Amino acid sequence: MFRKSIMALAVSLALAPAGALAAGGTGYVDDIDFSFEGPFGTFDKYQLQRGFQVYQEICSGCHGLKYLAFRDLGRMDGPAFPPAQIKAIAAEYTVLDDEAEDGERAGLPSDLFPGNDSAGAPDLTLMAKARAGFHGPSGLLINQLFKGIGGPEYIYSLLTHYNGEEQEVGGSVLYGNDTMAGGWISMSQPLYGDDVEFLTYTATGTEAEDYDGYTPPEATQEQLAEDVAAFLMWAAEPAMVERKEAGFRNLVFVIILATLLYFTNKKLWAPIKRKPA
Amino acid sequence: MAGIPHEHYEPKTGIEKWLHRRLPIVAIAYDTLMIPTPKNLNWMWIWGIILTVCLVLQIVTGIVLVMHYTPHVDHAFASVEHIMRDVNGGWLLRYAHQNGAMLFFAAVYLHIFRGLYYGSYKEPREVTWIIGILIYLAMMATAFMGYVLPWGQMSFWGATVITNLFSALPFIGEPLVEWLWGGFAVDNALLNRFFSLHYLLPFVILGLVVVHIWAFHTTGNNNPTGVEVRRDSIEIAKKDTVPFWPYYVIKDLFALAVILALFVIIVFFMPNFLGHPDNYIEANALATPAHIVPEWYFLPFYAILRAITFDILFIDSKLGGVLAMFGAIVVMALVPWLDTSRVRSGRYRPQFKWWFWIFVANFFVLMWCGSQPAEGLVPTISLLGTIYWFGYFLVILPLLGLTEKPLPRPATIEDDFDEHYPVDGGGATASSSGGRMPPSTVATPAE
Repeated sequence: MFRKSIMALAVSLALAPAGALAAGGTGYVDDIDFSFEGPFGTFDKYQLQRGFQVYQEICSGCHGLKYLAFRDLGRMDGPAFPPAQIKAIAAEYTVLDDEAEDGERAGLPSDLFPGNDSAGAPDLTLMAKARAGFHGPSGLLINQLFKGIGGPEYIYSLLTHYNGEEQEVGGSVLYGNDTMAGGWISMSQPLYGDDVEFLTYTATGTEAEDYDGYTPPEATQEQLAEDVAAFLMWAAEPAMVERKEAGFRNLVFVIILATLLYFTNKKLWAPIKRKPA
Repeated sequence: MAGIPHEHYEPKTGIEKWLHRRLPIVAIAYDTLMIPTPKNLNWMWIWGIILTVCLVLQIVTGIVLVMHYTPHVDHAFASVEHIMRDVNGGWLLRYAHQNGAMLFFAAVYLHIFRGLYYGSYKEPREVTWIIGILIYLAMMATAFMGYVLPWGQMSFWGATVITNLFSALPFIGEPLVEWLWGGFAVDNALLNRFFSLHYLLPFVILGLVVVHIWAFHTTGNNNPTGVEVRRDSIEIAKKDTVPFWPYYVIKDLFALAVILALFVIIVFFMPNFLGHPDNYIEANALATPAHIVPEWYFLPFYAILRAITFDILFIDSKLGGVLAMFGAIVVMALVPWLDTSRVRSGRYRPQFKWWFWIFVANFFVLMWCGSQPAEGLVPTISLLGTIYWFGYFLVILPLLGLTEKPLPRPATIEDDFDEHYPVDGGGATASSSGGRMPPSTVATPAE
């Protein structure tokens, strides 16, 4: 009886995490089938590059990315921007540096993206890990096992579920949003579609043949939202693909070890248990 | 009670004799490793080794994390991201440490439930049990303080809620909380002392673990029958036991590898599943999270804390909740004296089994309650769960021992073992009429 119940116990332990999220509750969240989901999921570098373009041209006006380094944009399991282009991107930003004249200078690949709290907007580096899209049933988080935690889905949904309503509270305008907890958000709708003109290949220094046969998708609101959500997931977890690859190596090793130990143990105990060795 | 009789280490070579006369360290290591262990232990006896490995894992990953972490309110959060992004293998160190704490607690709960089911706390193992509870308390303190260090929103607000509990104490409450904080709010002083203590306490745990092992090596392990190993002579003790090395070392290593496979899956493929998203937001004293919850391993006790929503005489609900939460662990510590049954193992206690499994189920119900906002039915369910928790230790166990009619138990561990692995099963190792276990196979590895 005890032994059988252990499985049940272990499963319940695995399924009953801290979580307990979302009391006052997140609203509507779509389940998007992102390329990086699941143990085999990897980032789509074209999507990350498009998403970065959306961030740079639209989000960065108010939101910083202060934990991300420019050099990370070159990660081959990430956006895989070529070095020359990373230099160019970094140079577009101004970073603080006590040793520079006037205390600031143009960014270098080794710098972090600057923070931006000019509009009181939250930093976006970790946003995809700081929100959960899925909670249920009954706060047990079981559906996270199948859909993922849902951070990028939350971002996608937030960006695409403005309902057009507005209200003024204490002198500032709030916008109706079906995903935002409480239903109102102080950010006006940022994406409508065609806000960004996707590059057919990325600018400076890009190996042109790398983009052979690549046609960027139509810049619909949904596409822009999906791309920037994917980019922010990558920004929150640049080592995700490296982590999963290491996971398979470790898992194979541990399974082989467990198998060898299983047979060692069996043979060792055979005489004690009066079984043929 | 004397230990189980077994063959002790005899220094043979000159250098062994030289060392042994000055420091019997080899003898201690030998006797520890070769300790006679009941041969009928089941898979629930693996958690001790898993827990030891967890402790080592936490200390090793923790020491390396400290090399890159900055305990300051302005830098702590960023330094954790620095670890995740810039330190080689930093993400692995941090995810292994974070999820390692969870494996530690999952294993300790299974270990405690094992003890409660098989009566491992009963005479003569009360001291082992009490030390185990002390280890558990030290683990809770360590985990709580460790959770504060990344200085995320849940770190900050968790620290605020839990340290504020002490303000419930009459008279000394307020000054005590200010003393804990080192100021008038949860701030840098608290972060620094938590960091210091988070580094210290694991070594306290390590010391307690040594004493825990020493204690049960003195009394001998419990086993699924609860029947003691016979100690009349080395020969008779050998019928009930096998030496820890190699039999249980290999068995435990196999179990460890299986558990590690699960651990690898969590750490590498779903490292944030058991955490809280809010802790990826830097601490902000001006923005309270919608819903403050502790990590899953504290949820049952958090539910008990919140279950007391009413004043009891001069005790207000806040103090009542704090007393209930700590009391829940105190009654568990006192179980050796609350359980009146003369039968040790739950295997031979037909009614006890039911109450025990309700207790386990109740633990998970409380865990769920702790995760939910205290509204609707949740406070009522929490209160019922709390009543059962205390009722189990204070009413059911004392009464059950007096009223329950236990099932017949095997006379010896050997009988229990032989029932599972019949003597005429293999034939290759026919034993003598004395029921003597193949002594050569038992004795050989010891030499």
